[in-house]
Amino acid sequence: MAAMTQVSMKKKRTLGEWARSRDGQKVFVMVAFMIIPLVLLFVFTYLPFAEMFGFSFYNMKYIGERKFVGLKNYIRVFQRDDCFSALKNSLYYMGGSVVQLALALYLATVLSFKVKGGSIFKGFMFFPYLINGIAVGFIFKFFYTRGFVFDTVLQWFGFELENLPYWLKDQSINNISLVGTSVWRYFGQNMVLFIGAIMSVDSELYEAAMLDGANRFQQFMYIILPSIKTIIVLNVILSITGSLSAFEPPYVITSGANGTGTYFVIMHEIAHTQQKVGVASAMAIILLMIIFAATILQKLFFKYVFRSAEDEDLNATARRDKKLAKLAARKAGR
Amino acid sequence: MTNLQKIGSYALTVLKYLSLVFFSFVAIIPVVSCVITAFKTDTEYQNTNVMVFPESWLYFENFVQAFERANMGRGFINSIIILVSVLVISTFVGTQLAYVLNRFKFPGNGLIRSLFLFASLLPGVAMQVSLYAIMHGMGFINSLWGYIILMCGTDVISIYIYIQFFENISISLDESAIVDGASYFTIFYRILLPLLKPAIVTSCILKGVNTYNEYYAANLYLQDKKLLPTVATSLYTFVGPLGSKYNLICAGVIISLLPALVLFITCQKQIYSGLTSGAVKG
Repeated sequence: MAAMTQVSMKKKRTLGEWARSRDGQKVFVMVAFMIIPLVLLFVFTYLPFAEMFGFSFYNMKYIGERKFVGLKNYIRVFQRDDCFSALKNSLYYMGGSVVQLALALYLATVLSFKVKGGSIFKGFMFFPYLINGIAVGFIFKFFYTRGFVFDTVLQWFGFELENLPYWLKDQSINNISLVGTSVWRYFGQNMVLFIGAIMSVDSELYEAAMLDGANRFQQFMYIILPSIKTIIVLNVILSITGSLSAFEPPYVITSGANGTGTYFVIMHEIAHTQQKVGVASAMAIILLMIIFAATILQKLFFKYVFRSAEDEDLNATARRDKKLAKLAARKAGR
Repeated sequence: MTNLQKIGSYALTVLKYLSLVFFSFVAIIPVVSCVITAFKTDTEYQNTNVMVFPESWLYFENFVQAFERANMGRGFINSIIILVSVLVISTFVGTQLAYVLNRFKFPGNGLIRSLFLFASLLPGVAMQVSLYAIMHGMGFINSLWGYIILMCGTDVISIYIYIQFFENISISLDESAIVDGASYFTIFYRILLPLLKPAIVTSCILKGVNTYNEYYAANLYLQDKKLLPTVATSLYTFVGPLGSKYNLICAGVIISLLPALVLFITCQKQIYSGLTSGAVKG
């Protein structure tokens, strides 16, 4: 008798019984634990993304009537001179990120081996990363002011004040000055990432190389560089997309004056000062498309370059997931 | 080693230390100049070069003035409220999500991970154009809670730190608890969450620094600068007529970065490992 009821219970479970079972609990926990993050993700990322796409076809402000204008906003973006010159500015930021990565790599390599006072050097160079953007803005407005910090330091090294340019006004140099602040802020963070990567290299490799008589440079070229190849490639990809979307240095230091406006600074101005929401949305969509195109092209490029290494990898998909995760982590760290 | 090799290796060592000293100098000189200037009186500031040390390192008037004028007291209170709420909420939200994504296999698991990854690749500034309209629609302009919820929603990196950590916690722990009849909630809160502590500390430090330093969204959505400044946005006070009183501004800047400095000195290791753990392993 008892056996029979058990059998019938397995066949037909009421909703309440299902809810008390393991499977029911599992679904309940999944829903309870995921609903909040998914709602937040939807409301603050995907909804605005979709809305922005919609906005880009309208002539509108934040409040008031909106009028459908088709692709006119997109055409208008391409007609604006400031948008194009802004994209040209991003070349400076790309140059800056190359310098930044090379510098970080050099310093990371040096600091990965025994160095007296290594952690103090590391701390000094990393600290700028922890300063908030507005403070960085003030620090560098002050730093670059005529006759102030930078000029004084250069004078210690024998430069004459008359020969020095106005760092933030002179259009031939001001973008470089701004890129310098960005390099200043992030090279230490890059360095810490690279040190982490170098530390994860098996130390027996170094010992073996030492025994074989490899010098420091050879160790770098043949052990360190290949082992941390992935993280370097990731940083290159990130820095190129990051250069296209550069925003902070001009926004907080010059407000985009004197030809320092990057694409996003101009977009911010159009969106929030002039309130031309449609045009600004079109600008954002265009840049996003450029960034995605650039990301895909770079991925294909690096895949081609490192194909031999990838071929050996049986777990290609798992690897790709991890790469994406790294990309995201780095991005969020910025 | 021959003599030539010896000389070469000495030269390399000298070069190595020279470059380290040089770049450390580059990294700290902007901040040091700010500290120097923050201790100068108005007349001293006007009459001496910026790199000349102040007469007295005990002249704190600028700090007092900056603190009052920029309403930094209010800023610290708001920043603390924001920080505590964001860290508590996002720790729960993030660990729970990571638990489900790591321990349960279900259709859509990969899709959800991809959705979070893709979201993190969208540049934040671009999204604000339409996000502003949405925040406006929900009545989240000039609302501390609106801002807090926004800050909880845009978090991706900690989810990845947690998922990685879960991967290293043996699943047999869960299984034996299930055999003992524990519910999934019990397993998560009683068994796994305590084990997750190092990951939580790491991700809270990173998230905390980012939240404390956030100024763009704070400026956009917390427009009432009298009642709702954060430490970072309170510095905007110095943009207007006070814009050339750098002794005051520098004092404000120094005050705003003191908490980050203290955190850095006390938790240096966790900060470094937090940055690398999200990025390097795997």
